[in-house]
Amino acid sequence: MIRDLTEALGGFLRTFGALQLFFMRLLAESPRVLMRPRLVSKQIFNTGALSLVLIMVCGFFVGAVIGLQGFSNLSTFASEDLLGFLSAMALIKEMGPVITALLFAGRAGTALASEIGLMRTTDQLSAMEMMAIDPVVRVAVPRFLGGALSMPFLVAIFTSVGILGAYVVGVPLMGVDSGAFWAQMQDGVAPADVYEGIIKSIVFGVAASLIAVWEGYNAIPTAEGVGRATTRTVVITAVTVLIFDFMITAVAIS
Amino acid sequence: MQQTRAVEIGTGAFVALGFAALFFLTTQTSNLQSFDEGHYDVTARFENIGGLKVRSPVSMAGVRIGRVQSIEFDPEQFNAVVVLRIDAKYDMLPDDSDASILTSGLLGSQFVGLQAGGSDIYLEDGSELLFTQSAIVLENLIGKFLVNSGDE
Repeated sequence: MIRDLTEALGGFLRTFGALQLFFMRLLAESPRVLMRPRLVSKQIFNTGALSLVLIMVCGFFVGAVIGLQGFSNLSTFASEDLLGFLSAMALIKEMGPVITALLFAGRAGTALASEIGLMRTTDQLSAMEMMAIDPVVRVAVPRFLGGALSMPFLVAIFTSVGILGAYVVGVPLMGVDSGAFWAQMQDGVAPADVYEGIIKSIVFGVAASLIAVWEGYNAIPTAEGVGRATTRTVVITAVTVLIFDFMITAVAIS
Repeated sequence: MQQTRAVEIGTGAFVALGFAALFFLTTQTSNLQSFDEGHYDVTARFENIGGLKVRSPVSMAGVRIGRVQSIEFDPEQFNAVVVLRIDAKYDMLPDDSDASILTSGLLGSQFVGLQAGGSDIYLEDGSELLFTQSAIVLENLIGKFLVNSGDE
């Protein structure tokens, strides 16, 4: 029983440590890969541009539902004017980064993990090594960089479209005054709040891309292994992002 | 070739849109008018600041002319020292102006309202507002009302 526990703990620590080393390796190789921007821009297209429609649609409806909920609850206290402030704050600090990261894990993370996993399964990575091409440099780093660079943009787009969604529900539909909507928002949101959201988006982008690339790269080379890597990508990213979200918020508030 | 072109256009559009969104967030949603054309600090002492917060607005005639920079408790005089940061362009405020803590709306947030005095000397960095009026604390008000209505 105790042996099982220690073995499990040892296995966890080993995976965790290997992940850190892999992360260091990715960072160390990043400058070299950035010298070949084609590789990275292709991945920015795959992870960022192809997620754009999903992000915008989801952002709009998340903003719209915050507008709706916010309006119905604020009107109890006759302070509908605060709707702009409330929805901007919720979107900029929490909803934008977190929901985008979860969508990113589902849309781009799974694609990355299964793509790299399938390369592993079909021995493409070994073939590269055979040709003296480092698969970490050629495959893993561009995908990691593409994801990490796309994420802040995706979050910014999600948040902006979300605020638009809240505006559409709040102002024309529910009759909040347009001037009050923007004035309360600009009065209440400090630049520090926006920076907090941007910092979160960078951290989540790095974490989500790292986990996706790691899971794919270390997938068991079978059909089942690739499937499992894809599932683990979503699960681990979701947990990691939510834990990081709490920690960053705690630091920002104190 | 056609495909590379589409990828390039897509990437470019995505990044441009991302930058536009970032620009929107940093400039439109927050109060970035702290492009700071300069400011000066004025202190005021209050018996009770109620719910006044750092960054609460300082306004005169309803117009925001500054923000609360810091709030501290003075352990010797047992009152609150509030530093008001006023925009430099409002540098012609009489030094006998009085400051009171007001509430916007019934449940709204509190702010410092300045009322101009008649002095010819203007406020400058480091000067102190001598005439202040504390926040009205609802509980005290209710207490007074109950005491008064008990007399009748």
